[in-house]
Amino acid sequence: MVKLSISNIQNVAQLARIELDAKEAESMRLEASSILEFVEIIQNTDTSGEIPTSQVTGLTDVWREDVVRLCAITPKELLANAPELQDAYIKVKKVL
Amino acid sequence: MADLNYLTISRAHQLLVDKEISATMLTNFYIDKIRQYDPKLQAVLTMCESQAKAQAKKVDDKISQGLPIGLLEGIPYSAKDMFMTKGIRTTAGSKILQDYTPPYSSTAIEKLDKAGAILLAKVNQDEFAHGGSTENSAYNVTYNPWNMDYVPGGSSGGSAAAVAADFGIFSLGTDTGGSIRQPASYCGVTGLKPTYGLVSRYGVVAMASSFDCIGPITRTASDAQAVLGVIAGLDSRDSTTIESSITSELEPLTKGIKATLFDAGSSSKEVMAMVSSLRSNNSNIKFSKSIKADELFANQLALAIYYILVPSEISSNLERYDGVRYGSRSERAGNLEESYSKTRDEFFGPEVKRRNIIGAYALSAGYYDAYYKKAMQARSLIIKSLDEIFLDADILVGPTTLEPAFRLGSKSDPVAMYKTDLLTVFANLAGLPAVSIPCGIDASTGLPLGLQIIGQQGQDSKVLAVADVLQMATNWHTLVEELAL
Repeated sequence: MVKLSISNIQNVAQLARIELDAKEAESMRLEASSILEFVEIIQNTDTSGEIPTSQVTGLTDVWREDVVRLCAITPKELLANAPELQDAYIKVKKVL
Repeated sequence: MADLNYLTISRAHQLLVDKEISATMLTNFYIDKIRQYDPKLQAVLTMCESQAKAQAKKVDDKISQGLPIGLLEGIPYSAKDMFMTKGIRTTAGSKILQDYTPPYSSTAIEKLDKAGAILLAKVNQDEFAHGGSTENSAYNVTYNPWNMDYVPGGSSGGSAAAVAADFGIFSLGTDTGGSIRQPASYCGVTGLKPTYGLVSRYGVVAMASSFDCIGPITRTASDAQAVLGVIAGLDSRDSTTIESSITSELEPLTKGIKATLFDAGSSSKEVMAMVSSLRSNNSNIKFSKSIKADELFANQLALAIYYILVPSEISSNLERYDGVRYGSRSERAGNLEESYSKTRDEFFGPEVKRRNIIGAYALSAGYYDAYYKKAMQARSLIIKSLDEIFLDADILVGPTTLEPAFRLGSKSDPVAMYKTDLLTVFANLAGLPAVSIPCGIDASTGLPLGLQIIGQQGQDSKVLAVADVLQMATNWHTLVEELAL
């Protein structure tokens, strides 16, 4: 049975860039543990020698011509959804 | 005047061609209906009224000039809020996209637009399609038109409820593990998950890229074929799309079809009844074998694989919601790092956070081999066992879900919610086409039940042709529940 600790959860939450307060982390710990417990079934399955499936249609090397297409979308339209702008630049919080 | 309630595509098309109605009249009919009933049903997130009326006028102009119109021209529909719609807010049911207006449309919407279909509304869904009841929408719940105490299913719950409530003739949904078929079954309508790659995912909010499929929710198999014929096909903007020779016409079953039933115990009762009604009047489909659902689903192995791989792909796909280029952004952050983690805390709902965290866990160093890689290998096993079944069967037939729709709020435990996908996920694990059609009414709740037909990759038209034969022999798909105000 999988038992996750609060520090396991906070570590993964950090990897996923999701801030969790103590209360959220505790309920996440319980729910994530029960989900992992449910998916434990796969551990009893013999998969030795099986090739992992990452796609199902068997397509390989999908090529297209490297031609420049006109984009109907203007830079102004693309920037319109940014939370914060300065001139034609997207503004973010300071890095450090 | 002709009765406009519960029209099919072909019937509406005929009325337009015969000039008994205009596209504008039809559009206004649905807009009025939505205005009247949606405050109660809550299926719609955003109305597209002015665009719809403009599109209807274009079609009417064409008709009045005596020009021929295509099958979908002037046909009003709705789309799950996963589809980018140029100039129309697209939220994916999430607060993180509450003010997002895409500057482009998805390929599917573009194709429907070009075919002259009329987009009436963007409809509700579980946030980022994470859920099976539409209760995970960050905006509101949607009710089941058959009984307001019950969920419409999900994640395309808004789409299924909209078709069942007659808010337009069809709806576009997405299906990653059952999200078209399960709500279609809960709401008594027809829902098709096509072969993986048959319909372009370009411009559709990504959930789990190796599973996601786009398909129609309709009243009939024939209508599903009509929509599929328009939206299917190669798209250079989605390199996973496959060649297609699908047309908008149902293909007649010229050869005999070998069908294998999957028996899921008591929940198969209505399926068996429908199948036996077919046996007596169609000799083209032969039900030769029956297998136990437990064998097919290897004691929930398929579901476990799904709930490792899908959150993994989700955690990767949802990295893009960082509050930088688009979407909501937390005001509480002091620096960039905090801006990411506070934005994702504030604007993601609980299930989205859960799946991101499970996915990040399954992909993290030390657990990758035990979870992600192992699940990808086990996915190969499931595909092999299905290949074996299809050695002597053309189609698989069984129930879409184990039970009819459940009561609102009754599945608060995430794992209990996941288990509603038991009979649908395997089609996504193997990229198979599958359709759910109404097959009866549950005696204790009075709610509709669904029958699922699954085929091999590329056999979408065959699956729909069989569904059509069943719908010709029975009338479950014509049952509707009139909404009370």
